[in-house]
Amino acid sequence: MTGTELFALLPLIVITLAAIVVMLTVAFHREHSLTFVLTLAGFALSFAAAFIVLPATPTQVTPLLIIDRYAIFYMALIFASGFAVAALCYGYLVERPGEHDELYMLLLMAVLGAVVLVASAHLASFFLGLELLSVSLFAMIAYPRRYAQPLEAGIKYLILSGVSSSFLLFGMALVYAQQGHLDFAGIARTLARSQDLSDVYLMAGSALIVAGVGFKLSVVPFHMWTPDVYQGAPAPITGFLATISKGAVFAVLLRYFVQADGYSFGPLLTVLGLISLVSMIAGNLLALLQNNVKRILAYSSIAHLGYLLVAFLAAGPMAVEAVSFYLLAYFVTTLGAFAVVTLCSLHDQETDTDDLENYRGLFWRQPWLAGAFTAMLLSLAGIPLTAGFLAKFYAFAAGIDAALWLLVVVLVVTSMIGLYYYLRIIVALYSAPAETADMEPQAASSALTGGIILAALTLLLIWLGVYPTPFIDLISAIAADIT
Amino acid sequence: MLVWLIIIPVVGALLAWLAEHRTRWPHPRWIALITLIIELILILSLWVPMGTGDHGVWLAELRRPWVPRFGISFHLALDGLSLLLIALTALLGIIAVASAWIEITQRVGFFYFNLLMTLAGVIGVFLALDLFLFFVFWEVMLVPMYFIISIWGHEHRIYAAIKFFIFTQGSGLFMLVAILALAFVNYQNSGHWTFDYFDLRNVGLSPAAALWIMLGFFIAFAVKLPAFPFHTWLPDAHTEAPTAGSVILAGVLLKTGAYGLLRFVVPLFPEAAFNFAPFAMTLGVIGILYGAILAFAQHDFKRLVAYSSVSHMGFVLLGVFAWNVWALQGAVMQMIAHGISTAALFMLAGLIQERLHTRDMRRMGGLWASMPRMGAMVLFFAIASLGLPGLANFVGEFLVLLGTYRVNVTLAVLAVLGIITAAAYALILVQRSFQGEPRGTVKMPDLFAHEWAAMAAMIVFAVWLGLYPQGALNTAAPALKAMRGAVLAQNPGPQMATRTNDR
Repeated sequence: MTGTELFALLPLIVITLAAIVVMLTVAFHREHSLTFVLTLAGFALSFAAAFIVLPATPTQVTPLLIIDRYAIFYMALIFASGFAVAALCYGYLVERPGEHDELYMLLLMAVLGAVVLVASAHLASFFLGLELLSVSLFAMIAYPRRYAQPLEAGIKYLILSGVSSSFLLFGMALVYAQQGHLDFAGIARTLARSQDLSDVYLMAGSALIVAGVGFKLSVVPFHMWTPDVYQGAPAPITGFLATISKGAVFAVLLRYFVQADGYSFGPLLTVLGLISLVSMIAGNLLALLQNNVKRILAYSSIAHLGYLLVAFLAAGPMAVEAVSFYLLAYFVTTLGAFAVVTLCSLHDQETDTDDLENYRGLFWRQPWLAGAFTAMLLSLAGIPLTAGFLAKFYAFAAGIDAALWLLVVVLVVTSMIGLYYYLRIIVALYSAPAETADMEPQAASSALTGGIILAALTLLLIWLGVYPTPFIDLISAIAADIT
Repeated sequence: MLVWLIIIPVVGALLAWLAEHRTRWPHPRWIALITLIIELILILSLWVPMGTGDHGVWLAELRRPWVPRFGISFHLALDGLSLLLIALTALLGIIAVASAWIEITQRVGFFYFNLLMTLAGVIGVFLALDLFLFFVFWEVMLVPMYFIISIWGHEHRIYAAIKFFIFTQGSGLFMLVAILALAFVNYQNSGHWTFDYFDLRNVGLSPAAALWIMLGFFIAFAVKLPAFPFHTWLPDAHTEAPTAGSVILAGVLLKTGAYGLLRFVVPLFPEAAFNFAPFAMTLGVIGILYGAILAFAQHDFKRLVAYSSVSHMGFVLLGVFAWNVWALQGAVMQMIAHGISTAALFMLAGLIQERLHTRDMRRMGGLWASMPRMGAMVLFFAIASLGLPGLANFVGEFLVLLGTYRVNVTLAVLAVLGIITAAAYALILVQRSFQGEPRGTVKMPDLFAHEWAAMAAMIVFAVWLGLYPQGALNTAAPALKAMRGAVLAQNPGPQMATRTNDR
């Protein structure tokens, strides 16, 4: 390994060191705020490191990892989101009993897994990153272990994630058996040479990989776990699950398709098109039936993954650009929404404040919080001047670009359905407060970190919606780079 | 200059919101009123030089790059048509503030914030010449209106607000897809992305593509207009909205649909629009008659006026797709006239509800005895609404019918029936509420001073436009002529022969 290669690995090294430092500090001196500050510093330094290595791109580091601008973009996004999640965790945990410090270590490890994913150029590193992410997540979801709901959610996620990982692993084995390669570039070469794409190994392997990845992305029909786990997990961790965990997997899927030329593999595209179709329909329809904000957001995320797949299936630079912008907007919006749920749940013990009734009249009690939530919901619904609108615009543009008319029409129709449940939450926020609701304004100390993060996310949301040009330039350069 | 037309209401909106909890600041309603008066003065100052100098069609223009990746620019421009509609918007904005003056007592600052934001969005719609920007404004006016209905509305406000939002936003998404498809076809032909109105006028679509893309636009505008069969959101939204909301909805928001048809649907897709014209005009006539019949059957004062809007806007649809000088002038006139007369009727409905706590005409009757002045006002605007010669609505309807007759005699004849039915529902409105036996002996206060002022202003405009429509017609004429010219230049088909031999 040369010096350049080591240098290119700097972000991964920094985040690993941060995890180790946090672990050792907790072993010798257990103090919540110290651990928290170290974690934030770890994320901030890794974020900076991602920019420092920018001149060294693209560098192939061993056959496993490639540090290119695409990877750097997603790393920066993931580090920033990790920072936000850590800040939300602090406010959420500080008022609750128990030992909190290990959660930060798990968070750093999970983020390490996610950045390995986005930099992987090889099925082995793909699997390694995914497992690192998932195993940390089991513990994070079930972290408030004294309560039934998080435990149930953690075990549910553990079992289903284990099953899907084995599917994925077996799929990779089958692909290897037929292709003799595990690196994306090698798979692309053999795919190009072998005209026979209907090979049974390849078909079965791809199907299993799709099933495994589909579970992580929680697209229909692999979505059954999503609402329960979203509801059971602590709100900041749900935010992590909805953004970083899904975004990293999506990024690697996109890289796999672009670099291993998955777009030439017709049957796979048909399957993904169908998955996209049913995800949009089922996600939006099922969300209509929910009365719990976290469950609504769970189904909404299923629908959003369906929209993302429309952009994904467009292929070419446009797909990379659309998916990257969509993920950026989706990260900001979803983290913002869960930040609101976190801030509303600061004083609860057993479960989060996530029943729609609890949000009734929030605007008249905490106008800023409700205003930020409104912005997030409008962004999820795709209303102009928010990030979500441009993301949806990109998805439309990519879909029309590739003439995916059926998917585009379904995207329009399901977005119309989706409006209804977002509006339901907004209606609740602005309706007259119920008599029984007693959500007094939160104590400033525990709400401070989360409040700052939420304010930053809201500003970013509007910036992305009003003047997206800097981000678009960045992302289109990356898209041109990778394809 | 143009950008101030949008900035002023936005700033006013923010100030009004901030003023809610600051006792030393003026009341939000004063901020809203002053903002709109400044807006009106500004637009009139743009109007004054129009008659004197030798301007082109565009009185003012502003263009800045916004999202260069897709060739999206911040492109605003003002012609006579936009000018008339913005003046109407500012005027009805003032009327709306007057009608909310006493009615709105809760969360006052936030109410005026939403009201002014809606108006800012509407003004943006009338100015935008970049299709992307147009869509942004199209949606911007939607969200605050949704809040106005859902927070300050009447009994079934949530249902009405959600229905309004889903209809408008959903149809808007079809327009977004159509805009993107149009831009994409242009990208394929020319190799660069653009959303600019002028660039997209000559894309060279295949007939089938043009028809589909035009339908995407048409649905959005037809929902907003509203044209039959997309009108079902309107009675609910208008009835449940607070008075100021109804005034803005009927007076201004419906006009954005008509404006979109005029500005975008026909000029962007001339051939498809002409092939589609018989269907659109038939929808217009169905709207005229169906709206009128339904209006006649209502017991709810506001619902009756709401259905009469469906009927009146049918004339606009008819006029736009007849697409000759008379019909276009008539459509523009009808937009303004309907804005004034319907806004006045909704305001009166609000005043009656304030005093009687009901909108049900079965519980009214004989109100003239206690409120003669208000009765006179209702009578006046009901008669204006039925199209009495000498008032603005007559000019609009007459010109539309004249233009339609040139194109399609059958539809013109059928549309004339709409004027008769209009007389029926307008008179039954007065009959049921103000004539007949008085129901109660409770003494009710007649119009207050500010209500008088608002009513008087609208009477002046209705009479002025009815007796001397030429001023408004001349303002819109160059813009309409330019649009017609551009369309005819592209489409010299034989079916156009009858439409070209105008003055």
